[in-house]
Amino acid sequence: MNAVNASGWRPSMGEAGEGTSFKTASGDYGLMLEEALSFELGSSEKCGVDLDKPSRPAAAGLSKFLRKSAPALPGLTEPETVRHYTRLSRQNYAIDLGPFPLGSCTMKHNPRLNEKMARLPGFADVHPLQPQKTVEGALEVIEQLADWLITLTGMASVAMSPKAGAHGELCGLLCIRAALDARGEKRDVVLVPESAHGTNPATAAFAGFKVQSIPATPEGRVDVEALKAKLGPNVAGVMITNPNTCGLFEPEMKAIGDAVHAAGGYVYCDGANFNAIVGKVRPGDLGVDAMHINLHKTFSTPHGGGGPGAGPVVLSEALAPFAPLPFVSRGEDGRVHLVEEENAGEGHAQAFGRMVAFHGQMGMFTRALTYILSHGADGLRQVAEDAVLNANYVLRSCEDLLPAPFAKSGPCMHEALFSDAGLAEGFSTLDIAKGLIDEGFHPMTVYFPLVVKGAMLVEPTETESKAGLDRFIGSLRSLAQRAKDGDQSLHSAPHFAPRRRLDETLAARKPVLVWQGTPGEPGTPALSEFGGS
Amino acid sequence: MRYLPLTPADRAEMLGVIGAASVDDLFVDVPAEARLSGPIAGLPAHASEMAVERHMSALAAKNLSAGTAPFFIGAGAYRHHVPASVDHLIQRGEFLTAYTPYQPEIAQGTLQVLFEFQTQVARLFGTDIANASMYDGSTACWEAILMASRITRKDRAVLSSGLHPHYAEVVRTMAKFTEDDIVSLKAQLVPQADDAAVIAAIDDKTSCVVVQYPDVMGRIPDLAAIADAAHAKGALLIAVVTEPVALGMIEAPGALGADIVVGEGQSIGVGLQFGGPYLGLFGCREKFVRQMPGRLCGQTVDAEGKRGFVLTLSTREQHIRREKATSNICTNSGLCALAFSIHLTLLGGEGLAQLAAVNHDKAQALIERLAKVPGVKVLNDAYFNEATVVLPRDAREVVRELADRKVLGGVSLGRLFPEDSDLHNGLLVTATETVTDEDIETFARELEGVLA
Repeated sequence: MNAVNASGWRPSMGEAGEGTSFKTASGDYGLMLEEALSFELGSSEKCGVDLDKPSRPAAAGLSKFLRKSAPALPGLTEPETVRHYTRLSRQNYAIDLGPFPLGSCTMKHNPRLNEKMARLPGFADVHPLQPQKTVEGALEVIEQLADWLITLTGMASVAMSPKAGAHGELCGLLCIRAALDARGEKRDVVLVPESAHGTNPATAAFAGFKVQSIPATPEGRVDVEALKAKLGPNVAGVMITNPNTCGLFEPEMKAIGDAVHAAGGYVYCDGANFNAIVGKVRPGDLGVDAMHINLHKTFSTPHGGGGPGAGPVVLSEALAPFAPLPFVSRGEDGRVHLVEEENAGEGHAQAFGRMVAFHGQMGMFTRALTYILSHGADGLRQVAEDAVLNANYVLRSCEDLLPAPFAKSGPCMHEALFSDAGLAEGFSTLDIAKGLIDEGFHPMTVYFPLVVKGAMLVEPTETESKAGLDRFIGSLRSLAQRAKDGDQSLHSAPHFAPRRRLDETLAARKPVLVWQGTPGEPGTPALSEFGGS
Repeated sequence: MRYLPLTPADRAEMLGVIGAASVDDLFVDVPAEARLSGPIAGLPAHASEMAVERHMSALAAKNLSAGTAPFFIGAGAYRHHVPASVDHLIQRGEFLTAYTPYQPEIAQGTLQVLFEFQTQVARLFGTDIANASMYDGSTACWEAILMASRITRKDRAVLSSGLHPHYAEVVRTMAKFTEDDIVSLKAQLVPQADDAAVIAAIDDKTSCVVVQYPDVMGRIPDLAAIADAAHAKGALLIAVVTEPVALGMIEAPGALGADIVVGEGQSIGVGLQFGGPYLGLFGCREKFVRQMPGRLCGQTVDAEGKRGFVLTLSTREQHIRREKATSNICTNSGLCALAFSIHLTLLGGEGLAQLAAVNHDKAQALIERLAKVPGVKVLNDAYFNEATVVLPRDAREVVRELADRKVLGGVSLGRLFPEDSDLHNGLLVTATETVTDEDIETFARELEGVLA
């Protein structure tokens, strides 16, 4: 049928693609478009913005501070700029293109209404230091979202300002430090399960605590007896992820909380996986003292290629008095007020301080509130149920080919954990992951959690259809079979991506972190050294 | 529910495959007494796009947005015109809905943007290198102080009184827990930055001095002199830039001897957004790279020898090093970095210089006009696009009365420094390219009315 291309070569194979020596003059192949750096395309004189001319010279007082010449930054006109970034965008996989089943990361659909609402001038074009009476609507957004978060978690209060999940962890631990200080106690140890996200031990250290690790049981849960054995007068608290990073609910959460409280400590819950239980169970009923909520996970604010996030922290009665400034509260007059340093003395004198300039991730608050109002109490519950249903469907559809070490006897929550045990000699999780790229999917989270050999953590989320899941399952099963059969072509996957496997060792050994050269002049040392084009 | 693709038939079929009688069977690990039997009482049910839009629009309409009033507020967040193409491009799904680029073969778009962003920030700051962004300027500032402690093995930081009070408060809050020693200098209503006091506070125990440039009152410190004094005592100079547009006009901090330069990138491409999300910028000398916090993007090659980009030097980071990491930061501000990078690419070096000149021009027009208002004195010897004026009474009241007249007339120093009553007559006013001559005239006339 295809007489012109009998070899089966595809444009995405690039010039060194298998089965062909075909080379285009441009270096592009149909819709597979290479893109140079903006520094190679633009020049300092080019500009994509029409600017006024200043009507007077710089003030005399400024003369000694003036720079000698304009910064060496490339400019591009608008058409060139739009093309540069559009061409680059096409080298990205995204949730808008297909499933993005990164376990623990919760890549769900980002509703576009959220984007539209965040861009209303009344939210997008207001300054954080405007007089309060000119921003009452913005403060109400924060208060309404805070109210939802408190109700959904069954907690007493919420600190809204943390900028992301790890920042929220820090907020929670600093509340614990402040509460201990108020009790006049010096406790310097935080217990962290070995299955925890890396941010947990890093945050504990960042907050000035020593970290002690708690082992996991063979069933993938926190070893409660080992935890209890470590409790004592030097333990400030524990950090528990629930549902945990093995995709399992910690059924002993309440017992853990009771034991920690009895020993004088506090319970921090990593709420990264709250999306699995929202509307099904309230962490406040399980003895949690502090928990961050990643608005960019559970409440769908976009990940944007690595951020921004938002990490409000819900707090128990015991920790609420120590929440940092600023925060909003509804006064007796029914109006929402901003509590800052200036007025904290009247009722919030124990605040541990301030974590950020201004008031937190307002642009994420508007998106999250829009998402919450769209779903309502019933929809949010359905979100958790469908997320868990989808994960269990993947688990039971693949476990005959890929071992699921912790879900032999029972269901998982929102993510299915597999191991690479049983693949042919020399084959591992990495081969499956890179093979998924060729199949048109983003890989799952790999080699995490650390408690499973060759972990593959699949989180489909509730926004995948059954048909979409069936396609993904078909590909994952096919890859598992190929890896069991020892299909060598997997080792060189991906074959059909904008790049083949990248040399990460070279990048770390000889770091090239900025482009060296003069804008608009290609062929600089850094470039030729790498033989790129 | 418009966002949930599973049909009731799908759910039934999938439960069959799983071998569960109902979805509740999947939640058996949750203790029965804690399980909620239905939607939480008292909360509303799901709502249509139209209904949600109506609710949110009503809240938005309660705010006085900057574009609808003469607007002169800055103090760490600046209103600049953002070209339409910036917001269009950041909303491309391939950027908006991608994750952190941990699978580089299918994330070259994000990675190349980060490499370009790092280069832009380094060149703007005059530093050797820059990272792929932090949460915001204030958190980047604290991370810089921690980094200086790691490098110098000393833990006494001197904060200039011109450092934004929110930044200083973040630093003091964190230092309380890490037991770092923070020396905070007292702000004064004087025409020049507190260079002499900063230099006098440096001793052999000092790890770093933290100097905002231009400072929070719009004054411009002599970074070169401070750098020399710091280096003579084995301390580092951390320069903090809250208005990067200024660097189109005044010398880059790195060129003046700053060892670490951090800043708030919001003013280029990001927009006001009531305070967030913003964009932490972080640049430093190349020899400090392994002490840096945050993600770094580096150039490499793929298996076919083609240039490509990856996240690199991650042995500094929490997901590898856990409690021994340089920082606990994970999520950064990637999409804001993209907006910054696009806007700066549209401007180019000459464009940025011209934009800065226009800002300074508008600020001169504003200051000249306000100087004619009876009772108003201009504080600054030098300023870029914001300066402090001194009023005959507490500026907090004046700002509120101006807002009643629909003028957003700057930030009172009393709001920024509530503890320092001798600053309370100070008013920080800002003019960017978005300000018109009519805005300035309206502001001046209303200020005359308020002060009369």
